[in-house]
Formats: sequence, C-alpha cells, structure tokens
Amino acid sequence: MSEGGAAKGAEQVLPQDGPGAPPRSNGELVFAEPWESRIFGITLALHGQDRFEWPEFQARLIEAIARHEAEIGEGEYQYYACWLEAFRSLATDKGWLDAKALAQLESELADRPAGHDH
Amino acid sequence: MSHEHETDPRAIRAEALETLLTEQGLVTPEAIDGILRHYEQDVGPMNGARVVARAWTDPAYRERLLADGYSAIAELGFGGPQGEHLVVVENTPQVHNVVVCTLCSCYPWPVLGLPPAWYKDPSYRSRIVREPRKVLSEFGLELPEEVEVRVWDSSAEIRYMVLPEQPASLAGLGEEELAAHIDRDAMIGVAKVGP
Repeated sequence: MSEGGAAKGAEQVLPQDGPGAPPRSNGELVFAEPWESRIFGITLALHGQDRFEWPEFQARLIEAIARHEAEIGEGEYQYYACWLEAFRSLATDKGWLDAKALAQLESELADRPAGHDH
Repeated sequence: MSHEHETDPRAIRAEALETLLTEQGLVTPEAIDGILRHYEQDVGPMNGARVVARAWTDPAYRERLLADGYSAIAELGFGGPQGEHLVVVENTPQVHNVVVCTLCSCYPWPVLGLPPAWYKDPSYRSRIVREPRKVLSEFGLELPEEVEVRVWDSSAEIRYMVLPEQPASLAGLGEEELAAHIDRDAMIGVAKVGP
C-alpha cells in the first residue's frame, strides 16, 4: 500500500492539531477560551432555574450556526461564538436584561484602558 | 489583581452578559463556577463507560438500557441536561451505529460529557451523513462491506449513544476492568472498543 491509507485520509477530513483535530483519547480541553466556559455556565445556570426550555435556545443556536457556516468560508469554525450569539438573543428576547444596557456595557468594556489595576 | 483586559469582542459580550445577569440577581459567579466544576470533574465519558460495562455484564440492564436510556442511566446515578431523551443504539456484527448532530452538535452530556471539537466541526457534521464509511475509515475504522452503517442524527430533544460490541478479548472481565477499556469514540461510533 502506498503511503497514506487511513492516517492520510484523516488529515483530509480534519486537521491533526488545533481545535478541529480528532482526539485519540478521552481527555480534551473542551473550552478554548475562558469566555466560552462562562457563557456555557451562564446558559446552564438559567436553564437549571427553568427559565427557558432547551429547544428555545437550540433553535437560536441552529440559526446562528447556519449563518456562521455560510459566512466563514475557509475561516475557522467558532462553535461557541454561535452559542454566545444564540444566548444573547435569548436573553434579550426573554427580557432578562435590557438590550440597550447590554450594548452600553459592551461599549464601556471595549473602551477600557488595557492593563488596568483592580 | 492586574491583568490585560479582554479586547476580543466575544469575550467582552460574554463578560457584559454575566455582569448584567449577576446584577439582576439571575446568576452568581459561584453558581457558574459550580456548574463548570461539575462538567470538568463529574461528567465525562467515564460515565458512559460504566453504563456500557454494566450492559455487557448484566443482560437485564442491557434490555432496560435499550428500551429506555434515560431511566437506565439514572439507575447508575447519571442524568441532567441533554440526557432526558437518551436513545441507546446497539452495535452488532451486522450493524454499526454512529452518532452526529448535523444542525447544532447536540450530544448526550450526562454519559459522554461535552463534545470534542471534531464532533462540532462542520466537516464531520456534513460528511458523516453523506459518506459515513469514508469518514469512519479516516478515523481508522474499516468496516466490511456487509456491515450496515446507520447514522443517527440528533434532532429535537433526542440524544443518541452507541452501545459498542464487547470484543472477545475482554470476555470474563469485571465491570470496572471493562469500563477502563471503553472510550468516548466507541460510544459515538467512530471507533470500536479495542482489546
């Protein structure tokens, strides 16, 4: 058999390292960035309080993923960016927070000076 | 404490959401930490491995598991979000099952933990449906022609888990020893349980 076979094929479907790599054991870091774990935890905390039915979130997640996949082209797929967008829309639609206040706080946080002590 | 502030807009959005929801009294940072600890420490493929090992050693449990996954995993103390409508599909010498969620990466958290990156990847989600044998061979799993491949696409609230075949080489082992051989990929269906 020529070089390649199963291992070469695997390179074609998924990258061998980086976030898309197929893991070969059970251990894996599932969150690439701290914010991914925070938004996951927030979503589950509110779900645990029965503040929404999972399909309400799931429908938004499916839409966000479809939009993202249509836009990224060869770019990196960002699952938790879709999750974040889905949760943000759920949170404002449910009235858990005010969309204007959220936009204002986001703008303030973005304008913070870097390396601030606190 | 001194640190660089996040400039990633997604990190900022997540921080703003947590800040406002905390101010509203809807979440607390401690509750979120607790949830994350739970998923880091208590939930993972080791749970599913125990379920499979029990099914291999206890035929009556196996029947209950295939009939009603949710109730059967609850017998072992597992449950929670994404496990409420668990369907367990059994591999046999004639049928190989593999699980995907083409639309949004649904996954049976209580038994497998959170999904690996490749499970969420668009290429796995689209290709495993279109050309399952090819994708499985790229994972290193070559299936004989005569084996039927069934692809289970999680939809609505159903979550799937594969009950792998027990290799002959593991005959006679106890539940705990068996569980150590059962890994996540076999319960998704992209691998078999090795000897």
